[in-house]
Amino acid sequence: MKWIKEKTTIDFLSPRPRWTALGIAIVTVLMSLALLATRGLEFGIDFTGGILMEVGYPQAADVDRIRQLMDGAGFDEVQVQQFGADTDVLLRLPPQPDANADSIRQTLSATLAADEPGVQIRRVEFVGPQVGEDLREQGATAMIFATAMIFVYVMFRFQWKFAIGAVASLIHDVILVLGFFALFRWQFDLTVLAAMLAVIGYSLNDTVVVFDRVRENFSVLRGRTAEQVINQSLNDTLSRTIMTGFTTLMVLVALYFIGGETLGPFSLALIIGVLIGTYSSIYIASATSLFLGITAQDLLPPDKDPTLVDDLP
Amino acid sequence: MNRYPTWLNVLVLVILLLGIVLALPNMYGSVPAIQMASVDGDSYTEPKVQEFVQVVSRENLVPEAAYLEDGRVVLRFLEESDQLAAGDLLRERYDGEASTALSLTPRLPAWVRNLGLRPMTLGLDLRGGVYFLLEVDMETAISSRLGLYQQDIDNRLRDERIRHRVDLEGRIITVRLTTEEDLAPARQAILDTDRELLVADGPDGRSLTVRMSQTQIAARENFAIEQNITTLRNRVDQLGVSEPLVQRQGADRIVVQLPGVQDPNRLDDILTATATLEFRLVDTTGDSPGSRRYPGRGDESSQILQRDVVASGDQIVDAESGFSEGQPAVFINLDGAGGESMLRATRANVNKPMSTVFIETRRETVMRDGEEQFRTIRVEEIINTATIRGIFKNRFQITGLTPVEARDLALLLRAGALAAPIYKVEERTIGPSLGQENIDRGLKAVTIGFLSVVAFMVVYYKWFGVIANLALFSNLIFIVALMSLLSAALTLPGIAGIVLTVGMALDANILIFERIREELSAGTSPQAAITAGYDKAFSSIADANITTLIAGIVLFVFGTGPVKGFAVTLSLGIITSMFTAIVGTRSVVNLVYGGRKVSNVPV
Repeated sequence: MKWIKEKTTIDFLSPRPRWTALGIAIVTVLMSLALLATRGLEFGIDFTGGILMEVGYPQAADVDRIRQLMDGAGFDEVQVQQFGADTDVLLRLPPQPDANADSIRQTLSATLAADEPGVQIRRVEFVGPQVGEDLREQGATAMIFATAMIFVYVMFRFQWKFAIGAVASLIHDVILVLGFFALFRWQFDLTVLAAMLAVIGYSLNDTVVVFDRVRENFSVLRGRTAEQVINQSLNDTLSRTIMTGFTTLMVLVALYFIGGETLGPFSLALIIGVLIGTYSSIYIASATSLFLGITAQDLLPPDKDPTLVDDLP
Repeated sequence: MNRYPTWLNVLVLVILLLGIVLALPNMYGSVPAIQMASVDGDSYTEPKVQEFVQVVSRENLVPEAAYLEDGRVVLRFLEESDQLAAGDLLRERYDGEASTALSLTPRLPAWVRNLGLRPMTLGLDLRGGVYFLLEVDMETAISSRLGLYQQDIDNRLRDERIRHRVDLEGRIITVRLTTEEDLAPARQAILDTDRELLVADGPDGRSLTVRMSQTQIAARENFAIEQNITTLRNRVDQLGVSEPLVQRQGADRIVVQLPGVQDPNRLDDILTATATLEFRLVDTTGDSPGSRRYPGRGDESSQILQRDVVASGDQIVDAESGFSEGQPAVFINLDGAGGESMLRATRANVNKPMSTVFIETRRETVMRDGEEQFRTIRVEEIINTATIRGIFKNRFQITGLTPVEARDLALLLRAGALAAPIYKVEERTIGPSLGQENIDRGLKAVTIGFLSVVAFMVVYYKWFGVIANLALFSNLIFIVALMSLLSAALTLPGIAGIVLTVGMALDANILIFERIREELSAGTSPQAAITAGYDKAFSSIADANITTLIAGIVLFVFGTGPVKGFAVTLSLGIITSMFTAIVGTRSVVNLVYGGRKVSNVPV
């Protein structure tokens, strides 16, 4: 079975699609940045600090009633929301300056139990404000560090123009996924951060496969322009790009629908990341290195200097 | 063409078998069990196993298996009710002699156990339990050390008959002298207490300032955290939690994981408790330098106590609670140095009063300049003042506490004092039902993701798809095998990592197969196409996987808790998939198609 024709000759990189892609990329990145600047991310308690409580009711939970109960108990800042099944409810509390976590937890569970004795505390998380700040800092460091290391690796294995292309594409991917999270106000917690790093890895995976083919094709297709060679390489790897993206998406969709509520945002980040990553490895990474004027000489080992040979006795 | 040498095929087979054997312990499931450990830390031997079995069997609670493991006795039961009943029985019978912990233990047959094989451990999000992140108060760790230096310097200067006053403010000890001539000998005396101290001339020409050096501060901080870890381990052991984890994290934090524990409240109190004791002589004349008034607890009257500590909590080697003349008491046993000091103090002060000071550190949040800040409060109260009737050394008793306080204090003194106060900065409690639900959902997601990919590969790549599926399946086995070997904990994000690996592991094979198809359509002969497919795809596979691995390793280094679990399975999955996709499938392809004439390659 073949979904992608053996020899595709799609013109990915001729000026029109190239400029259109660049335009789209710039506009979407700017939109995402604007969203992040204005709305910001909906950070989970991992990053903000606070208290989170997952409770299970024997029957469908009445979220409004729980809200009233909380207001009555003096916790008017509690966010109450359905979590997965309609019997499950998530309570979220911002960091409390003067009270300690244990007494709050006890008050919360006592308030809920007084109203419905069958209520079950499924999970409690307390994160101090300092820890939240540290985790945020660590997360940012991890992202920057991963990007830097990948840049160095690609520069070493390929060439700096490719390294810039690869990094540009992964920054594009990360910003866009973050943009989605800001737009839909999805919860951004530690697992989503992990997903972001996996997106970086995946996006790069795609890019590197294309670059590898470009390097190979530069030596096979001598005499062609860089644009032609890169375009040919994109066509050569197209079916692999789509197949791998497809199998990865398949398991991620399974994870999203079956893996449970906790992994929801995580799978979502990866699904979007894989889709964007596939597109960006074609348009951002390759196009960027083309803009930077990649040539065959950049990638091929230098020809042996003939004069040296002549000098030998 | 396309033949692997026999040794390589054998190697692939051996590695696969090894993987299967290592992954095997995960197939047996878990049963409720009781773990008995000697309180003294001695290893149990075979007769003890028989003894425990007899004790529970008499009540018709027959264990399904009983054996030794790392010096502890493990009794496995099929029913949770039996486990609970037997646990109560043993706890009552062996109180003070053995600690009894309830746990879920893998139901491994003896031969698997004897091979030293273990299944993967499950993270707290999968088995339920409590996770604490505790922060060590380094400021207090340093200031308490400075307090000791202050006392040492004071004593030394007095011995040298140098007139002086010693004050401690912040991190600086100031020694004021009466004449300039004393500067040099005083400096020498200070350095005699510790040569690493940084001594500088004070601004008025008649004083010295003393600071701890960076190395001393670092050493003190390191000591504080290591000592606290030891203490926390002891406390956790006293509580009888099975398979606890107490681990340093970063410069000043400690992770405590207690699987299976459901009520974090009592635990929290015990773990972060700083209660300790100090014994000081009462300043009966009221003129000894540095003495001050201590409040009494409850009805106990306040006293002016001398500055020098006779003995303190960290010199206590054993403590037991009980009753003395009808009053709750703690029976104390001091170490050598503490005993000596007590001997000297009691010998010189017979018929004079000595007080027992109960010390607790609490942390309060205060608002300062609109910002939240923590303030450490040290509460020191006299719980008992008694006249020294006779000379004693390292064994004595104290009273003045409630029964519960006496019991908890004895536990805390036994487990050792914390070198510096600790505070809870993060806590996660996962109920057992949620843990089970997470396992079920995770397994289901893996299974469905795996099956759909497998079906797709067969449809799309025919027989080569089947071979890739074999590789995928062995890849799963290898991940589980490595996780078991490294005794890494499987977490929910870890399962997500496995799911993601399943999708991405196919990448290598897809690269190869697409390459073979390309070669075939370019008119290359089948055998040459296979060779070229594998050879040419190799550098792409290596580069692509290494970049993902970089992301995985960064995640492992910077990540904490559940994120680390994801990084582990993702990284392991990438490594094993390189092997299965490149060497593993090649080996099968070579066996099936290699070395003979093949008219068409079903890819």
